[in-house]
Amino acid sequence: MNAPAIADWPDRLFETLKRADIAQVGYVPDAGHSRLIECCRADPQIHDVVLTTEEEGVALAAGAWLGGARAALLMQSSGVGNCINMLSLMRTCRFPILMFITMRGEWEEFNPWQVPMGSIVEPVLKLCETQVYRVREASEVEGLAARAASQAFGDERIVAVLLSQQLIGKKVWTK
Amino acid sequence: MRLDRRAAMATLLADRGHDLLVVPGLGSTTWDLAALGDNDRDFYMWGAMGGAAMIGLGLALAQPKRRVAVITGDGEMLMGLGSLATIGIQRPPNLAVIVFDNGVYGETGMQPSHTQSGADLVGVAKACGIATSLNIEDEAGLVDLAGRLKGLREILFARVAIEASEPPRVLPVRDGAALKQRFRAAVGVKA
Repeated sequence: MNAPAIADWPDRLFETLKRADIAQVGYVPDAGHSRLIECCRADPQIHDVVLTTEEEGVALAAGAWLGGARAALLMQSSGVGNCINMLSLMRTCRFPILMFITMRGEWEEFNPWQVPMGSIVEPVLKLCETQVYRVREASEVEGLAARAASQAFGDERIVAVLLSQQLIGKKVWTK
Repeated sequence: MRLDRRAAMATLLADRGHDLLVVPGLGSTTWDLAALGDNDRDFYMWGAMGGAAMIGLGLALAQPKRRVAVITGDGEMLMGLGSLATIGIQRPPNLAVIVFDNGVYGETGMQPSHTQSGADLVGVAKACGIATSLNIEDEAGLVDLAGRLKGLREILFARVAIEASEPPRVLPVRDGAALKQRFRAAVGVKA
């Protein structure tokens, strides 16, 4: 069985972030990112910055780059809406930012309130001149994340990796 | 008592030293900073309202050997009030967040801001875990703050009461990419 290897994609994503020299990770707590957040918090070389809203992480990444450091931002699809105006800062100044977005509202979603934002994440990000990658299978995570990182910091661009809801799994509402 | 904003900026940054990096907020604090003369170590802001404190945090974490001063206005700080909670957790010792509070939104026609009706920025900063949160209302307090900024060794928040005046605008470079590049060069980041 290769199930454990597939389920460890957050660990492999973390290793990819380390190889890409990510020094600051901003996040709003999120179930889909919980393992990756744990890894970041446990690493003394990474400043893990818990945010009150996702747009704070966009400004954080701009400041990091001004000081020569690379930052990543972890969020859920609903958080993309909170970032839109602050992404103007990145576009105007050509600041790089690498975003990992766990998708809600697109597959086996119990909560209809997740659908309006989840359904427009891709077009909205593209309007903001974001290079968008979509991960559907665990085996794709590492390769796409590495490519996204080199593009973000090499070209000073906004790059987002969308992690499909199939990858994250269904949220359990009753226990 | 309320202080003159241009004089306050000049006092805070007199003999600023080579290691001080300044992030002003959108609007008047950017004009105040530009009025002191163009400086590669200042990241002038023409947008990103609500983002100044977080830009300062990212910069302070990336440059632990340099001092970072965010000097912004009350309206800009109010838009990013949550960032005080975020900074209150990180508490980088090389970061100062200073708010010029005139109680109005100066850029849009002097409409009253929340601080005029009781929103207490010093109280918020303290409650978010920034132990040294100061209320500066006179020249002596300002001189004390300038001294603390010079020898910055712990996270600092200060609200400076300033007059609701509108001194002539001094407009810095508007090209954001150019501002970024020269700032990075000034702090020695390789392109």
